[in-house]
Amino acid sequence: MIWLAGAILFWLSAWAFNVWASHQPFARTGAGRLAIPALFGVTLLVLWEGAVRGLDVPGVILPAPSVIWGTITGSVPVLWQDFVQTILKGGLSGYVMGCGTAVLTAIAIDRSPFLQRGLLPVGNFVAALPIVGIAPILVMWFGFDWQSKAAVVVVMVFFPVLVNTVAGLAATERMQRDLMATYSASYWQTLMKLRLPAAMPFIFNGLKIATTLALIGAIVAEFFGSPIKGMGFRISTAVGQLALDMVWAEIAVAALAGSAFYGLVALIEKGVTFWHPSQRARS
Amino acid sequence: MRFVLPVFAVLLAIVVLWYGAAVKMNSVWTYDQAARAELEVSFAEVLADTMVQERPVLPAPHQVALGLWQGLFGQKVTSKRSLVYHGWVTLSATLVGFGIGTGLGILLAVGIVHNRAMDMSVMPWAIASQTIPILAIAPMVIVVLASVGITGLLPKAVISAYLSFFPVVVGMVKGLRSPDGMQLDLLRTYNAGRWATFWKLRLPASMPYLFASLKVSMAASLVGAIVGELPAGATAGLGARLLSGSYYGQTIQIWAALFTAAILAAGLVIVIGVIERAALKRMGMAR
Repeated sequence: MIWLAGAILFWLSAWAFNVWASHQPFARTGAGRLAIPALFGVTLLVLWEGAVRGLDVPGVILPAPSVIWGTITGSVPVLWQDFVQTILKGGLSGYVMGCGTAVLTAIAIDRSPFLQRGLLPVGNFVAALPIVGIAPILVMWFGFDWQSKAAVVVVMVFFPVLVNTVAGLAATERMQRDLMATYSASYWQTLMKLRLPAAMPFIFNGLKIATTLALIGAIVAEFFGSPIKGMGFRISTAVGQLALDMVWAEIAVAALAGSAFYGLVALIEKGVTFWHPSQRARS
Repeated sequence: MRFVLPVFAVLLAIVVLWYGAAVKMNSVWTYDQAARAELEVSFAEVLADTMVQERPVLPAPHQVALGLWQGLFGQKVTSKRSLVYHGWVTLSATLVGFGIGTGLGILLAVGIVHNRAMDMSVMPWAIASQTIPILAIAPMVIVVLASVGITGLLPKAVISAYLSFFPVVVGMVKGLRSPDGMQLDLLRTYNAGRWATFWKLRLPASMPYLFASLKVSMAASLVGAIVGELPAGATAGLGARLLSGSYYGQTIQIWAALFTAAILAAGLVIVIGVIERAALKRMGMAR
């Protein structure tokens, strides 16, 4: 009971601190924007730990954060192997292939308004469908190894990136295109020097949505069959053995990988679209 | 109407490509069988065979259409083979989850907008959570809830709720903050309190944002319900249909289930779109 009471006490005091701190000038600085959510995150962990210990929750229902941390540090080789199999081989290769194809397709259909008008509604429609359901089919076609996961990821990221790129290529103004025309710039020169750079904020919007989709696709596709490694495989087998600490460890790795992947794309975006108002305002 | 012809052309091209791919991928099996029987097969025979195989690598569009038709209308809706039955199992979990997730999401958004401490502590986590493949926890939720005695519809609804929660929070916070300083100042000159400002300005102003995120979260909760049916144990629902199809190599069954899911998703999003248009029109915000 002392655990539970301590945790709740910690929670209350941390919350009181946050209420106080968020009204201080400190909260408007960069450090404050980092410290306050961080404290909230720590509070949740403490509350979780205290509740599990205080109420004697069995490990097969909810393991304590300390136990999960022990599993993470104790099984680094397994987690690393799964990370390589699912994220690097399945997710990343599929992401690169899918986004590359989508951007190239968008450029290819860019010259035909007829194709654009046809593909955009279809693309928008497909982007809202539960595409992850094709995983069993692709696992049948491409086998159990990472190739089938990459294929699922390709299909999942293709349409959001396509739709965003087509929208981005249409984002230049008449005046800007006329200027390029007065320079007697060819179609390709206009594309490379004006329209693609102008499309970058849109393309990166699609690329950022696609990072999460890529990880979801790679992990869920493994529920339908995989070699004896991979995060989805580990999650489904560990759930079967009621080894929930392992499941939480994989989820922690997946969350970390997802945020890092998103952060990486956002960082590249910052470098590429440094001229865009949304990037300038922040710095 | 200028979209009708291009869309039709694109759909036609997809069907043609699909038939071509079906012939190519299924012919491997046909040639294999013919080689074993030491028979010569003409191309016309191969073509005919690839259209009617029982377990094709890629079922031809008309086979899928037939499977879908039989699944939807070919039997009583209570039959275990009926896609209406399986679709309903998935749909009910989706709707319950969507309701819970959306309700909690709106409540949290209201809290975030009105409480600065909550805004600063919770909002970064809500945004960060969008980059996390949350779907990975689905199997665990199912098993853990089953071990405490909760089975059936509720575990799937929990996953759906979880997936639909965060898009609604992020969209609603944006929407509730969308009134600009001038509008807020006007209400202050009326001496309107927080409560009146919320009901008369912030909530109506947030509606376009709410509907945009409802579409996203509806699609997400359907995916959540389907994936929630994957872990062993589920015998009903579109996800279970996909899984059993993949175990037994019943490709037509997989495709039919997939198309049912697609129809369901499209239908739900269209329903929200219709409500959106009606609501915004009544509020004088129709675009």
